Amino acid sequence: MDSRVRGNGAALKSLVLCAALLAGCARAPQPVHFFAEGKPAKLSDWHLVEAQGGKLAPNADVVPYDLNTPLFSDYAHKFRTVWMPKGTPAKYDAEGPFDFPVGTVLTKTFYYPRVANEAGASKAVARTYDQTPDFAAGSAGALDLSKVRLIETRLLVRREQGWEAIPYVWNAAQTDAELARTGDAIALELVDTEAAKGDRDAAHPASEREAFTYVVPNENQCAGCHVTNVKAKRIEPLGPRARHLNRDYAYADGKANQLAHWSEKGYLSGLPTADLPRDADWRDTTQPLEARARAYLDVNCSQCHSPTGPANTTALDLRSAATDLRRLGLCKPPVAAGRGTGDRLLDIVPGKPDESILLYRMLSNEPGVMMPEMGRNTTHREGVDLIGQWIAAMPGNCDA
Amino acid sequence: MRKLAASLALCVLATGCGPGTPPPPSDAEAAFEKKLQEQFLDAKPGSVIDIPAGRHSLTRVLTLRASGVTVRGAGSDKTILSFKNQVSGPEGMLVYANDFTVEHLAIEDSKGDGLKINDGENITIRDVRVEWTAGPSKDNGAYGIYPVKCKNVLIEDSSSYAARDAGIYVGQSQDIVVRRNRAERNVAGIEIENSMRADVYENTATNNTGGILVFNMPDLTLHGEHTRVYKNKVVANNLGNFAAKGTAVASVPAGTGVLIMSNPKVEIFDNDIGDNRTANVIIASYFISNFADKKPSEGYDPYPKSIFIYDNRFSGGGDSPDGLDWKALKVSMFGLNGHFPDVLWDGYVDTKAMTNGQYPAEQRICIRNGDVEVLNVDGPHGFDKPKVGKEEYQCDLPKLAAVELKGKA
Repeated sequence: MDSRVRGNGAALKSLVLCAALLAGCARAPQPVHFFAEGKPAKLSDWHLVEAQGGKLAPNADVVPYDLNTPLFSDYAHKFRTVWMPKGTPAKYDAEGPFDFPVGTVLTKTFYYPRVANEAGASKAVARTYDQTPDFAAGSAGALDLSKVRLIETRLLVRREQGWEAIPYVWNAAQTDAELARTGDAIALELVDTEAAKGDRDAAHPASEREAFTYVVPNENQCAGCHVTNVKAKRIEPLGPRARHLNRDYAYADGKANQLAHWSEKGYLSGLPTADLPRDADWRDTTQPLEARARAYLDVNCSQCHSPTGPANTTALDLRSAATDLRRLGLCKPPVAAGRGTGDRLLDIVPGKPDESILLYRMLSNEPGVMMPEMGRNTTHREGVDLIGQWIAAMPGNCDA
Repeated sequence: MRKLAASLALCVLATGCGPGTPPPPSDAEAAFEKKLQEQFLDAKPGSVIDIPAGRHSLTRVLTLRASGVTVRGAGSDKTILSFKNQVSGPEGMLVYANDFTVEHLAIEDSKGDGLKINDGENITIRDVRVEWTAGPSKDNGAYGIYPVKCKNVLIEDSSSYAARDAGIYVGQSQDIVVRRNRAERNVAGIEIENSMRADVYENTATNNTGGILVFNMPDLTLHGEHTRVYKNKVVANNLGNFAAKGTAVASVPAGTGVLIMSNPKVEIFDNDIGDNRTANVIIASYFISNFADKKPSEGYDPYPKSIFIYDNRFSGGGDSPDGLDWKALKVSMFGLNGHFPDVLWDGYVDTKAMTNGQYPAEQRICIRNGDVEVLNVDGPHGFDKPKVGKEEYQCDLPKLAAVELKGKA
């Protein structure tokens, strides 16, 4: 325990008292509590998203959002929210994260749909992309806790001195999440619930179950992705950028563009009226393969693989804005891949996914080989398919 | 698409019988790890993280992000951090910080690199052992001790065993001292890559595939130069190459003592170099590597220039080169019982930098080492006319300045 945490004890105690008093009138809505310092022991202390009455619901003014293409995290579903103090909107930026005011809190809850007919304590969770059944009927924006299992909620908190990452892990009773600064490791089993729909092939039989360890990062590992400038060493949000947010969301009062909604709500200033950037939805097959693949690589890889990121040691640049094909990996030898090369010679060999190191590292789920290095312990099959198709469609070769 | 699906199926199969889920840690191990993780999270400038003697089983990389921190064990044979059951990493210890010292501990069996320090200034690594305990294996991590993009780096009295790439690997860094270390059973014992101003001295590199390597790779922002390799023992580096294909070191033949690749301003002197059975010293360009048939990146100089080798003590070696081509060449030129000269050069030259077939004086390969001869293997012409020479390499280059580290004795 460092002094900062200990010093916060009094505040925590009063908070616990407060919570005890509140228990008598559990439904009384509490406003969001921004903690300017310290790390509250429970997620519920913040009153951002709370488990009550069989639902996980966002508080008033806590706005849920989605991204065009999300980071893959072992098939977990994600429920993201933003909250800002009144009257201090974030400033729009076309490329980087918005300039959020002090007091902003972002939450990201990682959860899985439960598998029907499995005992409550089962490790089984569903591998599916369908998020519609996760939400409680009749109350838009709230997760139905009889349908989903909550794993962790990560907070990014904008304080005076910068952003801080605070991880919380949900208890077995699913009543609250507790501070988990050193992370956690949770044994889970992915079950293919979509197999019944017949969209699987021989490689993915219907009965397949995949056991894996879900790893909750510790605070320093959070920074492993959220410090996108290795020199500046500052934690930054990754998702809430214009190109990721520029899409519709089904709010309680109807569908609307997220950027427009934030602007209308006073959460965003300086939103241009036209020419907003938009990355592709990687699963939307009506969009060009190139755009989907680049959006996927951007979200899953570019926090490290950019000219300023911690993996700039490798000279690989996987941002959607990258234009230098060699830097994008085309015909580029690896720099420090070790056994991660899988005995392949070049990062990307056009037309040859089976000869490309990039795909080999996506296929692996072994630490030391797999990419990204953390944040997943299973292979993202559909992501591998997408990047494989993209490489297969590339013209040219690498011969001198 | 079918091909992809098939490779995917293979992969699923492979992972099914792969490393599997490691056993969960005992309560005591879990409590120790949690406390240690908290110390790494809470560290501030001036913090000293003392790790007691003992073998500590850890499941997760130790990441440090605070500058001015010392991590200290009770000795590299006493405080052992074992990552055999690692589930998250892939490194053993990962540091993004300045003014960092790590000393007196061992890191064993990490899934990826043992100790990686990224983008730090004023780094001291002292009496640290990194080891993959099962010996050379394709499952081992790439680098043992690995500062990258660092400035002012001291690595001393440390050791690395059985790294699948380089045991002690300094990459894209500046102002470096590597001294009194031991590197054994790695693919590359000690490697200085794309780095500026490195002094490598009083180290022992033995039983690696290659003993000491000075490399420049394409695509990187820092093109290395100015490396002095002296007073080292580089002996019997004859271990079979177990690197993954595609890595730069995969093309290093077993039996390599000191290898300079594509790097300018390298000085090799006062070393004991012997019994390296391909050659005691190899001077090579990027063209001899396993990427010879691939397009190099723009702005990259693939030629070794300004190389000065003098006053080394050579013995043995060159008698059983790795690979059939090299063996055949050796036998045809020097007979069954003969051996290559101490220095092998691939013969690739940068004709654009030459006048009348000669480099300017300051860019030559110079050797002042008694009777030592050079075999130019004539790489550019498919090894057609290899040639032994001596007189044409007798020249001198201005000596490189010693590296001075700020604030270090």
